[in-house]
Amino acid sequence: MLSKRIIPCLDVRNGRLTKGIKFKDNVDIGDPVETARKYYEEGADEIVFYDITASHEARGIFLDVVEKVASEIFIPFSVGGGINSVDDMRDVLVAGAEKVSVNSGAVKNPDIISEGAARFGSQCIVLGMDVKRVKKTKDIPSGFEIVIHGGRKHMGIDAIEWAKTGEALGAGEICLNSIDADGVKEGYDLELTRLVADSVTIPVIASGGAGNPDHMVEAVTEGRATAALIASIVHYGEYTIPDLKKHMKEAGVHVRTIW
Amino acid sequence: MLAIFDYKAGNQTSVHRALEHLGIPNEITNDPEKLNSASGIIFPGVGAAGQAMTELHAAGLDDVIKGLIEQKKPVLGICVGCQILLDYSEENDTKTLEVIPGECRLFNPSWVDYENITIRVPHMGWNQVDLQTECELFEGIDPASEFYFVHSYFPAPDSDYVIATTRYGIDFCSVHGRKGLWAVQFHPEKSGRPGLQFLKNFYAYCQEAADAQ
Repeated sequence: MLSKRIIPCLDVRNGRLTKGIKFKDNVDIGDPVETARKYYEEGADEIVFYDITASHEARGIFLDVVEKVASEIFIPFSVGGGINSVDDMRDVLVAGAEKVSVNSGAVKNPDIISEGAARFGSQCIVLGMDVKRVKKTKDIPSGFEIVIHGGRKHMGIDAIEWAKTGEALGAGEICLNSIDADGVKEGYDLELTRLVADSVTIPVIASGGAGNPDHMVEAVTEGRATAALIASIVHYGEYTIPDLKKHMKEAGVHVRTIW
Repeated sequence: MLAIFDYKAGNQTSVHRALEHLGIPNEITNDPEKLNSASGIIFPGVGAAGQAMTELHAAGLDDVIKGLIEQKKPVLGICVGCQILLDYSEENDTKTLEVIPGECRLFNPSWVDYENITIRVPHMGWNQVDLQTECELFEGIDPASEFYFVHSYFPAPDSDYVIATTRYGIDFCSVHGRKGLWAVQFHPEKSGRPGLQFLKNFYAYCQEAADAQ
């Protein structure tokens, strides 16, 4: 039986681990390689890294981090942030990532999904989606809109349509982030997660809002996600990954317990 | 030394990093001499079967890998490397290496898994591997361990070659082959400690086989 995955998300800025609320107020919370190794040893099923560095110069520092991670942890990890071309994808895959997550780069140029899938295989192309609740309109019938720049820019694209488009173009997985729920710790947006999960057949990772282990159970049951992304609930030591897995298992969710 | 077979369609570097971590001497190569002198070959692969076969054929490496297998050089196929050891793959309607009888088929997203929920394709994540017959590569690994999978097509070899199965909508064959020629659909290099132990076991088998000669 396929296990539901628990995926810690590490935001990296200038080679350091950082965490902000709603993409603002970032603070330094440690070394990404050390932290990744710790989560690997604690039984994380996968790890996601986002490069939130603004400057082009710091890209090299980030790729160094990816390379170090690749030689120390032996579970899959994906890399996102600043992926705007097939060459950007190649750089992170060569540095050792299994998967590459493309977000605003795909909104601006959807062909990057099909080009990446053709070149590297669908299995390594993750479509990252940042989504915000809006009023239902003719253009946004689901009431969920694709946004970029941390939610500051609305794109006029319906999230459900975009998920289907991404799948048709060859994405192998969707990482679905609710901007409204992100960092608030009141639970994933289950309505959004379920809507997207039911509209595609590729796996969907729920992201944004995990505040306790029950939220994660909800994401993979009610929300029908196959994985739950987490950040602050483990970064600050509130829960460990074994705590979360134990709780999920007790709630009847199949998770990996031997590592 | 283990040779990681280089044909530009693989996850060579991931396998290389895992072997380095284990302190197992290894080299990414397609030089026939080096392949011959290695105690065993890892035959990796990611992406599509059609692409992998095209790369192999263009470089004349299909005959090289088949020759090594004929000489009874220990070989471990991983993921696409596992699939293309069979006769045929539905992916890109590809004739493959015809080393092990059988074919590779596409998961159907209408197949129902546990709790009456249809499966998602690709099969992505951690799943168990249920041994159907003894296999030395799983020695010292807890049978309840899980391994990392990511694939849309699955191997369906002749039943004589099935070593282990995994449940995903159906019970598909996740390990096939025979002693000295193993093919695994999962990624041992990305399966944490159980996967590393699996690679160690393959190396130990290769060393013993080389010493016995």
